[in-house]
Amino acid sequence: MEKLVVVGAGMASGRALEHIFEEAPGRFDVTLFGAEPRGNYNRLMLSPVLAGEKEYEQIITHDSAWYEANGVHTRFGETVTLIDRERKVVVSKLGETPYDKLIIATGSAPFIIPLPGKDLPGVMAFRDLDDVNRMVDVSKRPGAKAVVIGGGLLGLEAAAALNARGMEVVVLHLMGHVMERQLDPAAGYLLQRDLEARGIKVHCKAQTKAILGEDRVEAVALEDGTVYGADIVVMAVGIRPETRLAVDAGIHVERGIVVNDQMVTSDPDVLALGECVEHEKIVYGLVAPLYDQAKILAKTLAKVDAAFRPVQTATQLKVTGVSVYSAGDFADAEDREEIVLRDATSGIYKRLVLKEDKVIGAVLYGETADGPWFFDMIRKGTDTRDMRDTLIFGQAYQGGAALDPMAAVAALPDDAEICGCNGVCKSTITGTIVSKGLTDLDGVRAHTKASASCGSCTHLVEKLMAITLGDSYNPAAVKPMCPCTEHDHGTVRRLIVAKELKSIPEIMQELEWKTSCGCAKCRPALNYYLVAEWPGEYEDDGQSRFINERVHANIQKDGTYSVVPRMWGGLTNPRELRAIADVADKFHIPTVKVTGGQRIDLLGVKKEDLPAVWADLNAAGMVSGAAYAKGLRTVKTCVGSDWCRFGTQDSTGLGVRLEKFMWGAWTPAKVKLAVSGCPRNCAEATCKDIGVVCVDSGYDIHFAGAAGLDIKGTELLGHANSEDEALEIIVALTQLYREQGHYLERIYKWAKRVGNDSIKAAIIDDLDKRRHYYDRFVYSQQFAQVDPWEERVNGKDAHEFAAMAEFGLPVAAE
Amino acid sequence: MTEWIELGSVTAIPVRGARCVNTPSGKIAVFRTAEDQVFAVENRCPHKGGPLSEGIVHGASVTCPLHNWVFDLATGEAQGADEGSVRTYPVKVEHGTIYIAPDVLMQMAAE
Ligand SMILES: Cc1cc2nc3c(=O)[nH]c(=O)nc-3n(C[C@H](O)[C@H](O)[C@H](O)COP(=O)(O)OP(=O)(O)OC[C@H]3O[C@@H](n4cnc5c(N)ncnc54)[C@H](O)[C@@H]3O)c2cc1C
Ligand code: SF4
Ligand code: FES
Repeated sequence: MEKLVVVGAGMASGRALEHIFEEAPGRFDVTLFGAEPRGNYNRLMLSPVLAGEKEYEQIITHDSAWYEANGVHTRFGETVTLIDRERKVVVSKLGETPYDKLIIATGSAPFIIPLPGKDLPGVMAFRDLDDVNRMVDVSKRPGAKAVVIGGGLLGLEAAAALNARGMEVVVLHLMGHVMERQLDPAAGYLLQRDLEARGIKVHCKAQTKAILGEDRVEAVALEDGTVYGADIVVMAVGIRPETRLAVDAGIHVERGIVVNDQMVTSDPDVLALGECVEHEKIVYGLVAPLYDQAKILAKTLAKVDAAFRPVQTATQLKVTGVSVYSAGDFADAEDREEIVLRDATSGIYKRLVLKEDKVIGAVLYGETADGPWFFDMIRKGTDTRDMRDTLIFGQAYQGGAALDPMAAVAALPDDAEICGCNGVCKSTITGTIVSKGLTDLDGVRAHTKASASCGSCTHLVEKLMAITLGDSYNPAAVKPMCPCTEHDHGTVRRLIVAKELKSIPEIMQELEWKTSCGCAKCRPALNYYLVAEWPGEYEDDGQSRFINERVHANIQKDGTYSVVPRMWGGLTNPRELRAIADVADKFHIPTVKVTGGQRIDLLGVKKEDLPAVWADLNAAGMVSGAAYAKGLRTVKTCVGSDWCRFGTQDSTGLGVRLEKFMWGAWTPAKVKLAVSGCPRNCAEATCKDIGVVCVDSGYDIHFAGAAGLDIKGTELLGHANSEDEALEIIVALTQLYREQGHYLERIYKWAKRVGNDSIKAAIIDDLDKRRHYYDRFVYSQQFAQVDPWEERVNGKDAHEFAAMAEFGLPVAAE
Repeated sequence: MTEWIELGSVTAIPVRGARCVNTPSGKIAVFRTAEDQVFAVENRCPHKGGPLSEGIVHGASVTCPLHNWVFDLATGEAQGADEGSVRTYPVKVEHGTIYIAPDVLMQMAAE
């Protein structure tokens, strides 16, 4: 394998690696260096993280499982200090790493104005997660003040986010209006007005003179004598390509590292992409073109011909509640005309710049839905002569009658670009929805990447989903649990915790149930939520359980029941088999069947016989297999290293251990496990809710498989080195599911809803979280591991199994 | 005038639950609601014979455990989109004891 070293774990290199593994699988042995002590994440989403709208975990784009699956050696927190092109090695604090091919993707460094006081603690840039964490820390102090220097995209996002965190914020901007690179003065004015309405002070034409303070920042002084108090100063005045490594290595650098159309630098073995490069004298600062570069770079490495061509970009400010859209060129000039629409009362401003009847620039404020439509025209150079009069009103007004927004999206051409960041067009999205059977936004994000970066096209993607899926997709409407309530499952679960609701009547009262005692849909769900949330406190309501769980046997079509004793990990012995045979004889059980989960099913037991059947099975040492439960059912195993010549680990032993540890746990829907001793996978672990495939190096933990209504292979969750670790991961995963799953939602559906990444982040990447879930499971088990058969043999719920009254013929004939 | 026949105490049935009365020609399900109302219906769903006494009781209705048809216990009528009805029997409760009309049992025996 060729050795590929990547310097910089940012947005561009993350995307490039994905393409490289697609284009040239198995060709490169990759080492990835990152100065930040973490892997690739979505930098665009730092603003929502700063604003408190998102967690860091939600913006990770590549997690350890991904690196592992692709064999990437990660070297995070390790800055590359030197490139020795002669010897083809890069140098970092842990020594030298050789390469055959090198990619430089070092991004850019924030520009810090050389003002007096710029080095004081409290002065920071807005570039990475550490900056965000520092800002969040300061924002927690009561009455904390922030000064943001720079009123561009980044500065305003920072200002709005800090404002949302409750800080007093002033924005200092050198130019006459904010975001002057994207907005004209009129739109800039509207934006400033909106920001000020939120309590953010905007000071334009501000010449900063000095940052004041003794041990840390205290204030910022302007040339005109104004002084603003500050606990932090955020500099967001621009970036410069991070080219130092390339310069030192003697690679051709102008403003950025110079690359050709194939993303190759002046050294044929060194490629570069991202904000650190310059292509045809242009340095890019938005992700869309960088993602194109990533595609081309991967092709170059795979020896496929391809060329990077400069692309148009559109921008949108990611400040909740403010809609601004700008694309193309909107400067005034002789040969241009413009169309402007203003609606002062509703704060709407739209401006189109035309040249030779073609739209070349668009600025939209307050109402931006038509942005992508105009952008499409800009990119295609559409002739607008025929629609000139109504052009500014947007797509809805073309061709007479006004269209609703849905129709407008429906009318977009197939190749219209919907997600600018990722370059995803309409037909790709609709096509993937259909071919992959996607029904929710997360699914579309996962499969097409649309709306997965900055998220500003989310509304368009949702409209496309609605168009493609019809009535079955309705994201805005909450889907109530059942007709008894207006709340959906998620809300009910949240409120049970928030309001500490501890009984079904309490929930129904507090959440304004519309029926007096619920229905067969909501009551079992509520009962489960309470069991899961308040172990040891909540007293289970048998009458809110489906008959199977009330009598601990499976109801069959003729009203008889089936009984499945536990056989730990599928193991049994002659004594148990004899007991089963005896029971079958004694109670005239018509059918004895081996189940798909490697247990023995006794079918056709009369209800009144159940306690006696259980008593006999209990006497032989067997307990209920919970084959009827929304709970842990079976752990299927293969024979593993004990007997099999291929077995790498003791799969049977692990299966037994898992089942003994986890039996009795109630879950939102049934949970089935399997452990296979090697990738031959005789236990069919890869279509289970949770599956383990033992390998030489340990245990690959899979989840979210299904072999029921849907058939789905599992996803890899992560790897464990020891049995103990595997058990801990599986238990923690189950607990996360117990706490998040909607009633009757299988693991694969839950995973699809909340996103595999968030599950991995909680269970694999974050050891503290994993332990927390593990501990909660263990706590709850002490109340759950009770054999329901034994309880009933001892008289619990005896009324269930005996008739209330018997009338023989003589009585009736009296 | 024939006497009503005693079935047992109301408390012998769990709240929001049911118990069966065996008769020579089949089971009668006796339900107790959250408000301590008592109803008796034939323990056989008109759809595919599901044992209604095993269903979840809510309000004065029961949901069949086999395919979720819902029946109004007072009238025996299927609710919602499903069509059909289950036979109901007169019962009364006095001093916490449930009684069923005797002619019911006669009738069942005679059938
Ligand atoms: C808060 C914020 C919001 C943004 N919002 C948007 C937006 O809405 N839309 C948009 O299109 N763009 C936005 N951007 C810009 C976008 O994030 C960048 O264009 C993009 O991240 C650049 O990708 P990159 O890979 O070139 O660099 P980066 O993502 O910056 O990654 C470079 C990485 O290389 C590392 N590195 C540098 N030198 C070394 C070294 N010597 N050794 C090891 N590692 C090194 C750095 O630590 C860094 O992690 C935003 C940027 C920020 C900061
Ligand atoms: S999965 Fe592997 S170890 Fe287990 S029985 Fe099959 S071949 Fe043997
Ligand atoms: S048997 Fe009752 S619903 Fe089908």
